Amino acid sequence: MRFRFTQMPIDALAARQELLDPGAGGFVAFEGWVRDHNEGRAVHRLEYEAFQALALKEGDRIVEEALQRFPVKHALCIHRVGSLDLTQMAVWVGVSAEHRGEAFDACRYIIDEVKHRVPIWKKEHYRDGDSGWVNCERCAAAPRHAHAQAHAHAHEHPHGGERSPELGADHGASHDHDAA
Amino acid sequence: MTPPPAPVHGLVLAGGASSRMQRDKALLQYEGRSQLDRAFDLLGRHVPKVFVSVRASQAAEPTRARRPMIVDSVEGGGPIVGIRSALATDPGAAWLVLACDLPFLSDSVLEQLLAERDPGSFATAYSSAHDGLPEPLCAIWEPAAAAELTAFQRGGGQCPRKFMRSSRIRLLEPRDRRALDNVNTPEEYRDAASALDAPGARAGAGPKRLKVQYFALLREQAGRSEETLDSSAATPADLYLELRTRHGFTLPRELLKVAVNGEFADWTHPLVAGDSVVFIPPVAGG
Repeated sequence: MRFRFTQMPIDALAARQELLDPGAGGFVAFEGWVRDHNEGRAVHRLEYEAFQALALKEGDRIVEEALQRFPVKHALCIHRVGSLDLTQMAVWVGVSAEHRGEAFDACRYIIDEVKHRVPIWKKEHYRDGDSGWVNCERCAAAPRHAHAQAHAHAHEHPHGGERSPELGADHGASHDHDAA
Repeated sequence: MTPPPAPVHGLVLAGGASSRMQRDKALLQYEGRSQLDRAFDLLGRHVPKVFVSVRASQAAEPTRARRPMIVDSVEGGGPIVGIRSALATDPGAAWLVLACDLPFLSDSVLEQLLAERDPGSFATAYSSAHDGLPEPLCAIWEPAAAAELTAFQRGGGQCPRKFMRSSRIRLLEPRDRRALDNVNTPEEYRDAASALDAPGARAGAGPKRLKVQYFALLREQAGRSEETLDSSAATPADLYLELRTRHGFTLPRELLKVAVNGEFADWTHPLVAGDSVVFIPPVAGG
């Protein structure tokens, strides 16, 4: 399985071992970490939840797409669920390839698609005691807000569609949470 | 030149004794209709002429008598007599024969049978999903089988399945393993009827039992992570409307996606009883 969940802290070194290949000359990894602020609010903890039955399928499809689109050797994505503290790793993506260019591209593709397509949700717990589901609360409360339109658009993104990774990256920038 | 294949007529075998059922199997009701009527109408959608095969003693029974009948040439001979009587009635025709105890048959079963028919064989039939043997009572019998069946019966044969096993027939694999399940006992009837009569066993309106799972904001607003409910919603869009009111969901449907039975689905996907639905709020992985 090229996409999986864990309730335990992600072991990046062990994951990296799975991608070793004598034909690979490069390896790229992306780690998403829990940051202490988002959209102007002080965050002290995150909670991740997934609809695992579908998330595993969709995640696996994304990694498979990356392997089809880019000439890379191996790719893997591990996502954390449960409660995470500041600086902990929420997601790990690793790609090994003959050359670095494809490894960067495939890694970028996977994380961008995972953020937009896989049914995973995160709840921010703020320093002031408040909390909220990212991408859900504000648009629901004020659907005419500019953010709501951005979210609505994000949601119309076709599953497995032929969108370029660049577009995904641009789009995700407005409400990215991780420190990337 | 090979002659064109014989035209196909339909035959519903309704001459059985129904001894194990202890009730006339042809009159058992599914989805509010007798199995005789269901089989007759099913055949009528695929072949131009359909007849009901009866024993002489049953010819006055009203459900049978409403239909064109072919009366068995001899009394008490079992299904093989019904098939032979049909072949004798129109020697130039092939017969798509259906037993009256196959409530799960569907249009696609007959379509496949007709599409993959081998007119040069004695019959085209499915192999049983249970034992791999031919199913003679959901099959196309060709005109050439008439003489063979007569000889087979003269030699003491009564079982059409046994005839098929030793004859040149085309055997097909059923795509739906359950489609040829037959119903012989009161217990089997009860199970089949409840499966077919389950509210919303067919897609569309009407109350049906659905399972809904909730995640993230929807889970919190619904105050539960799943529920089983009876709903008349024909599609996930209708269902969300209903549940949004019930649970006070703040998210408009336009921001959600939906999954049915563990895979992304359209909002217009027809819901059937037993479906498991998940509404997917805006995602935020990574």
